[in-house]
Amino acid sequence: MTNKLFSKAWLIEQKSLIALILLIAVVSVLNENFFTTGNILNILRQTSVNAIIAVGMTLVILTAGIDLSVGSVLALCGAFAATLISMEVPVMFAIPVALFAGAALGAMSGVIIAKGKVQAFIATLVTMTLLRGVTMVYTEGRPISAGFTDVADDFSYIGTGYLFGIPVPIWLMAATFLSVWYLLNHTRFGRYVYALGGNESATRLSGINVDKVKIGVYAICGFLAALAGLIVTSRLSSAQPTAGMGYELDAIAAVVLGGTSLAGGKGRIMGTLVGALIIGFLNNALNLLDVSSYFQMIAKAVVILLAVLVDTKNK
Amino acid sequence: MQQPILRLSAIEKSFPGVKALDNACLNVYPGRVMALLGENGAGKSTLMKVLTGIYAMDAGSISYQGEQVNFNGPRHSQEAGISIIHQELNLIPELTIAENIFLGREKTNAFGGIQWKTMFREADALLKRLNVKHRASQLLGELSLGEQQMVEIAKALSFESKVIIMDEPTDALTDTETESLFVVIDELRKEGCGIVYISHRLKEIFQMCDDITVLRDGKFIAETTVESIDEDGLIEKMVGRRLEDLYPRIDVAHSDICLEVEGLTAEGVNDVSFTLGRGEILGVSGLMGAGRTELMKAIYGALERQAGDVILNGKLVNPITPKDGLMNGIAYISEDRKGDGLVLGLSVKENMSICTLGQLSKGLQIDHSAEVTAVEDFIRLFNVKTPSREQIIGNLSGGNQQKVAIAKGLMTRPKVLILDEPTRGVDVGAKKEIYQLINQFKADGMSIILVSSEMPEVLGMSDRIIVMHEGRISGEFNAKNADQEKLMAAAVGKNINQITNE
Repeated sequence: MTNKLFSKAWLIEQKSLIALILLIAVVSVLNENFFTTGNILNILRQTSVNAIIAVGMTLVILTAGIDLSVGSVLALCGAFAATLISMEVPVMFAIPVALFAGAALGAMSGVIIAKGKVQAFIATLVTMTLLRGVTMVYTEGRPISAGFTDVADDFSYIGTGYLFGIPVPIWLMAATFLSVWYLLNHTRFGRYVYALGGNESATRLSGINVDKVKIGVYAICGFLAALAGLIVTSRLSSAQPTAGMGYELDAIAAVVLGGTSLAGGKGRIMGTLVGALIIGFLNNALNLLDVSSYFQMIAKAVVILLAVLVDTKNK
Repeated sequence: MQQPILRLSAIEKSFPGVKALDNACLNVYPGRVMALLGENGAGKSTLMKVLTGIYAMDAGSISYQGEQVNFNGPRHSQEAGISIIHQELNLIPELTIAENIFLGREKTNAFGGIQWKTMFREADALLKRLNVKHRASQLLGELSLGEQQMVEIAKALSFESKVIIMDEPTDALTDTETESLFVVIDELRKEGCGIVYISHRLKEIFQMCDDITVLRDGKFIAETTVESIDEDGLIEKMVGRRLEDLYPRIDVAHSDICLEVEGLTAEGVNDVSFTLGRGEILGVSGLMGAGRTELMKAIYGALERQAGDVILNGKLVNPITPKDGLMNGIAYISEDRKGDGLVLGLSVKENMSICTLGQLSKGLQIDHSAEVTAVEDFIRLFNVKTPSREQIIGNLSGGNQQKVAIAKGLMTRPKVLILDEPTRGVDVGAKKEIYQLINQFKADGMSIILVSSEMPEVLGMSDRIIVMHEGRISGEFNAKNADQEKLMAAAVGKNINQITNE
């Protein structure tokens, strides 16, 4: 076909989207329960937590950084929110406070990286461990219940509610992607994120406050991890001290599957959406096909490896 | 003339959309230095990559020592005795000199253990032959750039190379290092090596080479001996047209002082004071490492000032960040385009507008149409050759990248424009365009500081010249009565009183 829409370059660009469509098509044929509205909404809702974290992770990775602390931020902010709710603090107050706490925790990693000149991997390894420890101390290792008050009912809307027949977490995921897409493509901050990831010293010499941009992306990443934490906590009506463990790796996998370069400077936010959906759909498909959860991990690893290999080959 | 040891004939090579080589030819004679000349994009590097088998040629033939050859990679050609010394050295700073020379070919005993003594002894012998005063057991990273290049040459010699190709070897060398490189090249020539010398510096070619091959647009244009051509004739062959006076200096009256630097001290800069008039071009000359770039960065705010003042139009500005510098009307275009000038992975547009996005935004949002208009204006003004403003800048030639880098600074409408080596790695045609632009800015009343290692450039473009030596100003000249000898004398730190003409 000579149609420009299907040129080789275009196909390579869209390979994760094509992989996702293929995945959906194949599994739909194999299992009739897969491609139903109920199941698709179910998958999207399950994916939303990882997808929201992955959006923040994309920003961080675009600046050639990494944030390992997202899982810990999720747990701590979730626990914090659960406490506030159990104390019957109104939702309209408790939620912004928890989100702001997430942004502050993220900014803390950012400050260590930008001002302390510590490598992102090390700095966020530290904050990951530190914040998990704080969560454990704070919760005494036990779940914190949001309680059974009216406030708790309001709070549960975030994780279990529906708006126009679609689960609220899906709306939150969509809003997150749209906002960050706008941020990356239509604001100065977004442009600086790409520039910083492409060449830090050139960006600095161009008169841009590189430290501010760095702290900004980690703050956003922490904010979104807290949002994911609210969804998880709201859904369970309680905060687990071990919540979010290993979530950073799923988020990084989604970013990489979406074609964003770990070297920074290159990548698209909508690629991350596709990456997160591939992981979500794959998990669900393997469940429906009765593949044991042990094998699911192996399958996930193979998919990620294939994606990365295709990427390197086309460079 | 004797038979060439290496003959590339009628080489053709196409990439999607471009014919990079179209009947390119090159002969290398034993015991002679062949200059390979051409503008950026003329196909020099592609030809070398075809020779060493990195690219497969579409047509043509390579004969080496009388036999048809077709190398399948750099290793293969190197073992056959053809070595390339690239502009960017392929060495590992953390390893010793000997390990670098024998990397991948370490002498080992029956158990696979490395025979250090043999390796060091052989490496030492090579270093001695090249007059390098270092032991082979020293770490490569402790050597200067020029010495590292000698290590590359030692590596080439260890393969018993009969043909050595040097790609812009003197670009990063100090003048002393260049001199010792020339001594080594001369030795190699006497030993019967065939040398290919790729350079933009015509002066070096006339000084060092025996023959010249000119490529243009991937085509073979001429092969001639150095004696039978002059600089003008050579440039004409390279660009395919006559270049009138390369340095079109214009005289602009400049009375009032725009920039004053007083007692500026920073890392590598020691108590420097000078002034710059409005509409003046101040040339800054000196050897590599004299502190020129550090001085400029300190004025711009990219390097910490330890003492001294920067005064712009009578107002103390003392920038502490590049942002400060830009806001006050000082723009600095880095000498290191790839390192800290441009973001190579971003587009022409994104690179050009990065300093001025604040003015091109409405609130938080980028005003895309204003950005496009501004960028298109500057692409036209600078005659940037790019398929579109969305082109990734890393794909443009050096000259066009440099134009974008300058445009980026100019978009901030600076009062003082600092150009640090604005024509490094830029071909003759683009060079002239850049000079004309500089003159245009000057005529518009901009004050310009031109830092350059090329003395003809400094002499040809500037109104006044200061020379730096070891972090201090070692001479100041009116361009009209300066010459290369005076600048050089100041650059190597001869007594100021004897050379400053007043």
